[in-house]
Amino acid sequence: MFPEAFAYYAAHTLDEALDYVDQYGYDAKILAGGQSLLPLMKLRLAAPAVLIDINAVAELTGVTETDGQLHLGALTRHSTMEFGCWPQHPLVAEAAQQIADPIVRNRGTVAGSLAHADPAADWGAVLLALNARVEVRDKHQSRAMPMREFFIDTFTTALQPTEIITRVEIPAPPAFGYVGGHYYKLERKVGDFAVVGVAVTATLDQGGRVLSAGIGLSAVGTTSLKATGAEEILVGQRLTPELISEAAQVAASESSPFGDRRGSEEYKRAMVQVFVERGLLAIAEGGSRVTVHSA
Amino acid sequence: MEKVESRAEVPVTLTINGETRTALAESRTLLAYFIRENLELTGTHVGCDTTSCGACTVLVDGVPVKSCTMLAVQADGHVVETVEGLDKDGVLHPLQQAFWDNHGLQCGFCTPGMLMTSLALLRKNPNVTEDVVRHAISGNLCRCTGYVNIVKSVIEAGQKMALEEV
Amino acid sequence: MALEATEKSPLGKAIKRKEDPRLIRGQGRYLDDIVLPRMLYMALVRSPYAHARIKSIRLDEARRVPGVKAIITGEDLAAANLAWMPTLAGDKQMVLAAGKVLFQYQEVAAVVAETRAAAEDGAQCVEVDYEPLQVVVDPFFALSSEAPVLREDREQKDNHIWHWAVGDQGAADEALAKSPVRVKEKIRMPRVHPAPIEPCGCVADYQKSTGKLTWYVTSQAPHAHRTVLSLVSGLPEHLIHVISPDVGGGFGNKVPVYPGYVCAVVLSLQLGRPVKWVESRSENIATTNFARDYHMTAEIGATEEGIVTALKVSTVADHGAFDAAADPTRFPAGLFSIVTGSYRFPQAFAEVDGVYTNKAPGGVAYRCSFRVTEASFLIERTMQSLALKLGLDPVELRRRNFIRPEEFPYNSPLGWTYDSGQYEKTLQKAMSLIDYDGLRAEQAQRRERGELVGIGVSTFTEIVGAGPSNTFDILGIKMFDSCEIRIHPTGKAIARLGTRHQGQGHETTFAQLIAHELGLSAADILVEEGDTDTAPYGLGTYASRSTPTAGGAAALAARRIRQKAQKIAAHLLEISPDDTEWDGIHFHAKGLESRQVSMVDVALAAYTNLPEGMEPGLEATFYYDPPNLTFPNGAYIAVVSIDRGTGQVKVERFVAVDDCGTVINPMVVEGQVHGGLTEGFGIAFMQEIAFDEDGNCLAPNFMEYLVPTAVETPNWETGRTETPSPHHPIGAKGVGESPNVGSPAAFVNAVVDALSPHGVTNVEIPMFPWKIWEILSQHHLAR
Repeated sequence: MFPEAFAYYAAHTLDEALDYVDQYGYDAKILAGGQSLLPLMKLRLAAPAVLIDINAVAELTGVTETDGQLHLGALTRHSTMEFGCWPQHPLVAEAAQQIADPIVRNRGTVAGSLAHADPAADWGAVLLALNARVEVRDKHQSRAMPMREFFIDTFTTALQPTEIITRVEIPAPPAFGYVGGHYYKLERKVGDFAVVGVAVTATLDQGGRVLSAGIGLSAVGTTSLKATGAEEILVGQRLTPELISEAAQVAASESSPFGDRRGSEEYKRAMVQVFVERGLLAIAEGGSRVTVHSA
Repeated sequence: MEKVESRAEVPVTLTINGETRTALAESRTLLAYFIRENLELTGTHVGCDTTSCGACTVLVDGVPVKSCTMLAVQADGHVVETVEGLDKDGVLHPLQQAFWDNHGLQCGFCTPGMLMTSLALLRKNPNVTEDVVRHAISGNLCRCTGYVNIVKSVIEAGQKMALEEV
Repeated sequence: MALEATEKSPLGKAIKRKEDPRLIRGQGRYLDDIVLPRMLYMALVRSPYAHARIKSIRLDEARRVPGVKAIITGEDLAAANLAWMPTLAGDKQMVLAAGKVLFQYQEVAAVVAETRAAAEDGAQCVEVDYEPLQVVVDPFFALSSEAPVLREDREQKDNHIWHWAVGDQGAADEALAKSPVRVKEKIRMPRVHPAPIEPCGCVADYQKSTGKLTWYVTSQAPHAHRTVLSLVSGLPEHLIHVISPDVGGGFGNKVPVYPGYVCAVVLSLQLGRPVKWVESRSENIATTNFARDYHMTAEIGATEEGIVTALKVSTVADHGAFDAAADPTRFPAGLFSIVTGSYRFPQAFAEVDGVYTNKAPGGVAYRCSFRVTEASFLIERTMQSLALKLGLDPVELRRRNFIRPEEFPYNSPLGWTYDSGQYEKTLQKAMSLIDYDGLRAEQAQRRERGELVGIGVSTFTEIVGAGPSNTFDILGIKMFDSCEIRIHPTGKAIARLGTRHQGQGHETTFAQLIAHELGLSAADILVEEGDTDTAPYGLGTYASRSTPTAGGAAALAARRIRQKAQKIAAHLLEISPDDTEWDGIHFHAKGLESRQVSMVDVALAAYTNLPEGMEPGLEATFYYDPPNLTFPNGAYIAVVSIDRGTGQVKVERFVAVDDCGTVINPMVVEGQVHGGLTEGFGIAFMQEIAFDEDGNCLAPNFMEYLVPTAVETPNWETGRTETPSPHHPIGAKGVGESPNVGSPAAFVNAVVDALSPHGVTNVEIPMFPWKIWEILSQHHLAR
């Protein structure tokens, strides 16, 4: 299977890449990892006239940590997040290792996945749970927005055709607490998109009170979702079984799945509840994934 | 590679199994086909069109990549390793030897991809467990073996590679 | 550690495979590796509709695509009388759509171009106007009078293909009526696809000057393909040379002849240039032959003590648009009549109705002897229901009904003569390996804790090795197989067989078998298959038939050589042939073992120093017509637990004890079992080709047609009992398919066992988590 013919322009600097997107706009697609785009092109379901390859743009590479805050260059591969060591962000590696398959993770990028905006993809839910921000820019200016303003609809984002994602920022968890995070992905086999994915993270103070909570959902709506209602219930409270159960129910009610061959609407909603409950219970019980955070 | 216009053929140069080779490719030529047809190294196979099966796995700069999901022009100037580069002067690589000794292959179609994925795994750390191997090869589908003997082969090859390192 | 091929007396030993050195170096030669000078590439235009009339096809734009050399449509083929081709099941199939399309992705036109990309560009530019017609997806609706007639080419104006019945219906009905205990289950085996990792393809190379067609094709049955092609094309058969190179897995997918093959041949004939066609994975799953798609009902009668009295089975077989199965002529439902399984049913009756629908044609025997997986699944599942109804342990129920060792040869009520088996012993071995009693105790404890844990048993009997010429043929050709052995002067040999392996290891196992018969080592024997100009005629490799048929031929060809060799040995030993004895390695004088000659000595003499009047050379060919089929069997036990939150099933353990008769290479046998179990696991848990109501294929690629990775696949535990087949020359039975035949029922029985305390008796495959969760939810078990 061969893609339709296209022009290929490789950018070596961010400015060069921005010039290309400025010039070709809708006719062009950014080629980062290519793990979603190239299969679509091979199946001839996508046929951009121009591919702008940003793999050689050094400014877009690298992950840095400052005061617990993570800055991910737009070319950060899934495997980098899988094998990186960021104890204050336990959710990140646990989610990364469940994306697609290990070989795809070597090429596929975090920002590429966000730009593709498949509601069943994993990073959307994870980064919504973590209250991440996306930095985008065009030839003239840079702007940043919280994740929840980034996703507009299925395969549709706030990104303009002349813009490129430059960075993803994951904020530091609140100081002086225990941070826990889990990603549950119900998949039919490795390499499958999520039937339902649930990212749960929370920071607890020494007394077990929730300082912050994040819950993101995959594949249960037209976009990745943030269960803000459930998050609010948790903040300031202790993670009792009753509270956990309540939050899980609220998160399920905040989801709006479609029934399909992967499961009914009812099933998917129930899975949101099950996974939110499991995630919060695991955080409440501590265990190896919970790490001490010191200022 | 800077700019390649639609349907134009441009020379792509890469180092493959230690040898520098150049051949013409269109922008849309997939690395897998470039390796198979332009460089005539047919050990790398193509088994699907959705980046699922991993039969086309090669190492690009040491990292396993599904070569059906990378453009040949993207590999320009890079270092590629394929199954043909595994044995040295006729001596089998420990992975090849272990696959042979443990019946780690049947039809052999997925085998080159399995070997290349496993090679990258064992180079990172030759001491692997069953669980580690099963996850590492989960992007490579095999329909013949049921994976049991592949896993066994990779573990055994790792033990041998660890000894060689020492 | 496996042994080297130089090992003496190699039968039964784990010899390292001779095919591996090239395959692990990437030096296998698969179909798509073949590149010929001036070769063109072909792509197919396919229908987006499942049922539609073709109003027009416009080729102008496609012809203008740079690199496109030629395009053919159904009309062009009709002009050459090639619009239709025979299927291996005696039906006919459109090569390119003739007037209308009958399934989504059906072949409509073929485009040939200088490159792969140009062929695809050209195919994309072919414009076809369709008039959509009412789509028939449900085979039961297809049988109703309201359904449109799909196959207007037939005289029979409905969608019913054939009715096939076996057994005494009256006696079965009567026995059922008298039975105090009866169970009835509706069991469906959904449409699945073998999906070998190498898709199908061919290179057709017609030389106008010689009139010879060399046809490289991914074929499990190269000789049959040659004959079919000759019949379809009218080319003389001796001018068709079929070469099946290394085959990257087959599992039944590479038995039929596909429209793409015929188009490539036609275009090569037309252009006088080689034409390559290799299907994509999507084309493979969506159009080349599927398997199963059986809607089955079984009813078992039994006494209160659990002794079975009768079995009655009725089935609707969905064949899609054409009956493109590869079943033997007299068996449109294959060997489905093995459905009485391992049990002594005094009475049985089975009937099957074949039906056309708007789906891709099939169905092949996917890693099973013709429809045996369906039969095994049905009987093993229904026996589980009977055990539940009687409140008996499934093991105990089976024990009470097993055919006993002393009852072989056993005549089944549906007409088969089972060759041998020790079912109780095989089951006992599986139970000890897994500690069945311990497991049941543990299960009781875990149930107390609220866990859903199940143990599933499947004690199946297969029927393979088709087959005896009095019963079995495909398109009239009897299903014997063959072997030719030539011993060279230095004592090395080449053996050629009518089969074609696809990973089964014939280059090793047949070398072992022949070497063992001749006192040589496997290293001394080169086994070659897949070239019709050199190999003797045979029907190919599928349905676990290679060892039962070609393996028999190999042993008997070798023995034929030994007969001549004995005379030469006697000549060398200067004694009479009657005074010469074969000890497995040497010929020696009776009673005087020190006077001996080896086969190597004999081989040299066959070309240099012959007895007076003897024809030179040392070779033999044997066409083996097996006297009966063989009946491999096994006992499989699965242990599963169910996640009550998500419905996910975890296979905690799986023990498979197989009895495939005499074992040639235990390492290869174990490998076959691992692979077959994994495909059985896939079928039980994830593999399914579903359609929507418009006939759209919902799983046309590996994103939706799910095959297991190393992560989901359980770690298989295996064991063996060895009950030789009394009629096979070395007692072997065949094994490649048993694990795929026997395992799906073990998985489902385990899940049902986990849920049966709550009243569940059936779970449909594939057992996706959502399906299990819905059952949990209905029974208030979900949490």
